[in-house]
Amino acid sequence: MGLLKKAINWGIRKSPWILHFNAGACNGCDIETIAALTPRFDLERMGVIQQGSPRHADILVCTGAVTLQTKERLKQIYDQMPEPKFVMAVGTCACSGGIFDGCYCVMGGIDKVIPVDVYIPGCAVRPEALISAVQKLLDTLKRPKKRGEEDAG
Amino acid sequence: MKPKKGNNRIVIPIGPQHPSLKEPGCFRITLEGEKVVHAEIDIGYNHRGLEKACESRNYIQTLYLIERVCGICSHTHSTAFCQGIEELAGLSIPPRAAYIRVIVSELERLHSHLLWLGVAGHEIGFDTLFMYSWRDREKVLDVLAEVCGNRVNYGINTIGGVRRDLDESMQQNIAKVIAFLEDQLKYYLDLALTDPTLSARLAGIGKLSREDALKYGAVGPVARAAGIMEDIRIIEPYAAYIEVPVKPVTDTRADVLGRTVVRIQEMLESLEIIGYCLKNLPGGELTVKAPRRIPAGEVISRTEAPRGENIHFIRANGTDILDRVRVRAPTEANWHGMKHMLEGEYLADVPITIAAIDPCYSCADRAIVINSERKTEMMDWQGLREYSIDWYKKRGLDLSAVKMPERKIYI
Repeated sequence: MGLLKKAINWGIRKSPWILHFNAGACNGCDIETIAALTPRFDLERMGVIQQGSPRHADILVCTGAVTLQTKERLKQIYDQMPEPKFVMAVGTCACSGGIFDGCYCVMGGIDKVIPVDVYIPGCAVRPEALISAVQKLLDTLKRPKKRGEEDAG
Repeated sequence: MKPKKGNNRIVIPIGPQHPSLKEPGCFRITLEGEKVVHAEIDIGYNHRGLEKACESRNYIQTLYLIERVCGICSHTHSTAFCQGIEELAGLSIPPRAAYIRVIVSELERLHSHLLWLGVAGHEIGFDTLFMYSWRDREKVLDVLAEVCGNRVNYGINTIGGVRRDLDESMQQNIAKVIAFLEDQLKYYLDLALTDPTLSARLAGIGKLSREDALKYGAVGPVARAAGIMEDIRIIEPYAAYIEVPVKPVTDTRADVLGRTVVRIQEMLESLEIIGYCLKNLPGGELTVKAPRRIPAGEVISRTEAPRGENIHFIRANGTDILDRVRVRAPTEANWHGMKHMLEGEYLADVPITIAAIDPCYSCADRAIVINSERKTEMMDWQGLREYSIDWYKKRGLDLSAVKMPERKIYI
């Protein structure tokens, strides 16, 4: 790991800014994602802030099975994010398509469209699971990834 | 709309990923200076083909799929679906089940409206209100998790009743939350009515007058804030609402402030309803046995969701798989007035105006196939009556002597 990358990783570990995108969810995981940012769970104590623009975000928090209409937009948003970037698939639908798998308008999980770093199953995902996932993702930045090592989640 | 040469119109696309709203929806706002002169709404990003998926699953599987129409108002969708199936199968649910359904549906209304209050606060840059109301909402979610086992998508309904009982300690916990929320909600109501910054920010924007609300078919708090008493719990009671007294809540402001006040007062009313239900909770069974095959027939089932009237049309064909289900969620009805509400507003008011109908995209994104080759015609009430008399005459039934009841508009 070069010195520059170390410095960037150190920076992200202290303040990972997230961008929330709903790719076709039922809303359940979205309200739990927002709930994780509010006083009871307070993800902000880890430096997590919800950001509006993809160009300011480090982590793309993506919920829902990808519908045909959001597919292109999801790709666009992912491409607009600066490196290094991470993707969290929140909810069973985002992991695999879940209950909507096989519907005519549904592509499947998020990983059909963009690479995913963390999978969080659950219907709906509990805020505790989300906090744990963020923690695990940030832990992987501390040391270089070994070849063949699995992602956190 | 492309900007023409020589005029100073600007088109601003908002969405489908946007900073404030949680769900994907696209708006193209045409501006002249700061004023919105034209608004186009492009939804459908959340369309998953759920109704079609229901046609390949049996009734119990469909019940859990129907609950995922929307994560916020999932109970109202499963209630509407269960009610329809119970009517087709000729079942009547035990009184205790009916009361538990009402308690969960009112708890759901509380959490949905508190969520909305927070989002509305966030839209106008009042993040303190956002944090306050979401903190209070967690208390409601705690009891919902205790009663149903899940914070979202409760899964408490089943065909013929409910799946879980409400024991003594749960009832005490609900009562505690009610007592806590009553003080908080009175404070929020006071805030909305007396705080000069909040009322100045919300009053007079997103106007939808009584006539326009009727014309565009608005439902729920949007209609009630315009003075139209339209509440399925009152005009067509279902479950335990037949016995439980529900006070109508309306307002005459017809703007965003009116909708805020209506929602807060509705929450106070919900507390009353839950209190009444806990006091008068009957004993007995939780479910009646439901058949696996549902007899053929069609049914329309209506419930009052937090956002307004929710309609389910179900057609069964005598097997264990349904023939067709159609969901008309309340947001679908409220979208029609949105263009009217946005035009003439300032750009800064657009987010809160959109948020004020409490849009739920995952509810609203249903597909409608319009066959343009076939001619359509409008029928008025009289014409419709004559048509139906003819239709029955051909089948050997003369109904021409039946008097037409006067159409009531509930005010």
